[in-house]
Amino acid sequence: MFDFLDLDQYDLFGAFWTTVQLTVFSAIGALIWGTILAAMRVSPVPVMRAFGTAYVNVVRNIPLTLIIVACSQALYLTLGMQMWSDDTQTIAFRLAVLGFVAYTATFVCEALRAGINTVPVGQAEAARALGLNFTQVLLLVVLPQAFRAVVPPLANVLIALTKNTTVAATIGVAEATLLMKDMIEREAQLIPIAAVFAFGFIVLTLPTGLFLGWVSKRVAVKR
Amino acid sequence: MSKPSVLYDAPGPRAKVRNALLTVAFVIALALPLWWLLSVLDDKNQLDASRWDPFVTDSRIWTTYLLPGLQETLTAAALALVIALPLGAVLGIGRMSDHWWIRRPADVIVEFFRSIPVLMLMLFANQAYAEWSNIERDSRPMYAVITGLVLYNAAVLAEIVRAGVLSLPRGQTDAAHAIGMRKSQTMIYVLLPQAVTAMLPAIVSQLVVIVKDTALGGALLGFAELLSATRLVASNYSNTIAAYTVAAIIFVLVNFLLTGFASWLEGRIRRGRRGTGAVVPHDMAEETQAGGAGIAAPVLGTGATGAIGATGDQPDPGGTPDGGTPDGGR
Repeated sequence: MFDFLDLDQYDLFGAFWTTVQLTVFSAIGALIWGTILAAMRVSPVPVMRAFGTAYVNVVRNIPLTLIIVACSQALYLTLGMQMWSDDTQTIAFRLAVLGFVAYTATFVCEALRAGINTVPVGQAEAARALGLNFTQVLLLVVLPQAFRAVVPPLANVLIALTKNTTVAATIGVAEATLLMKDMIEREAQLIPIAAVFAFGFIVLTLPTGLFLGWVSKRVAVKR
Repeated sequence: MSKPSVLYDAPGPRAKVRNALLTVAFVIALALPLWWLLSVLDDKNQLDASRWDPFVTDSRIWTTYLLPGLQETLTAAALALVIALPLGAVLGIGRMSDHWWIRRPADVIVEFFRSIPVLMLMLFANQAYAEWSNIERDSRPMYAVITGLVLYNAAVLAEIVRAGVLSLPRGQTDAAHAIGMRKSQTMIYVLLPQAVTAMLPAIVSQLVVIVKDTALGGALLGFAELLSATRLVASNYSNTIAAYTVAAIIFVLVNFLLTGFASWLEGRIRRGRRGTGAVVPHDMAEETQAGGAGIAAPVLGTGATGAIGATGDQPDPGGTPDGGTPDGGR
């Protein structure tokens, strides 16, 4: 039944490995950029707050597909940004990561901002009473607690990101969905092929969810 | 500044100077990449008026490409929502059943379709229609896109329905049982009608996610929605950057309208005199809440209790200051 699984012809594990790599690099980038955005949104400088708000509201209302396709069409094909590489696969991969980071960071930022709101007001007041300035209050007192509170929503963002990496197929990154498209066009066994890829994504998302669910219980701030 | 944050004091003289300096530094940090981008654009002649003019001067760009594309996008989104809603309601109610042989399958279906990427569902549907149906080749992408969206969003809406029913005060069920209603009657006559109101904001917000996901069909299946229309514009008028910018603006405007409508609805329902004031917050539907197989339950738990907590703070609808509500008078 699974004789279509000719691993010499179809690099199934390679495709899923690309999916994992896309997810990991994008997640790291989105976490960093999202934290910076969240810091801007709560900062005392109005211009930064305005920028953070505008960025989040605009970018997350643009379809991810449009962002990824535009990265390829506009940045690479029109403006000739090669992302420091000559290999088309590498360029497409890096452009995709860029798009995922830009998009996913908005959700990370919103989750973190909600997390900052869960920190009791007294914590920040006490920190300020000790003479800490804004940066210190944020970095030493508020953000560490906020991060511990937002593990579940961040886990959801990560799982959504894992599924969203399929969009990279639209600019030809050789990840799982592109291989699936290729396989169902050539092989006449739609159901088994779909089952294999569905199983692959469940294997990727389910343990992530369970593990981070366990982590969120471990690190939760007991109040 | 609207209200002082707890993170920092109201600025004194030194803080004001520092904030002004930070503002200047930030504007410069923002302007440098922007200026660089503009110069690159200018080098590639992307800022020439000829590339942007057609959007104003050539009406064909709208009548032939963008507006029909937008229409396809909105049609697919609306159809997907309308078909997914009843399915989601059935699944959501199924998950709350007392019988394990209804609850378990509903759980499995919901978790399965939530952990599969929508794009894969669309690809699958496209091929399935090609092999096992006689849907015409031209309309197949539309069918495939809607099928993919329905499968995924039915699962997400099931969770919204569940959150909606759980957000209702416990007393509603108790009262229904007290007057002798059976479980199904309680659900159909008491809980669901109120839950629908409570869910409306979340459902409208889910439309934003659906509208964004239609673009997947345009990129990989050849569905003639706004993104594929934009591709045609970009190649016909050779104005890639301008075309994608305009498309992005259209998407943002449509989704802003939907989000704005959802939060207006939420506020209105919260303040409403009729009903329990229970409401599923509209950002419940956002993508951040909709992912996730394994952790669905705890996250939903927080979402639902959040809703309950929020509604618990609302004044009892019967006891609103203006007293004589139409319901109270009867």
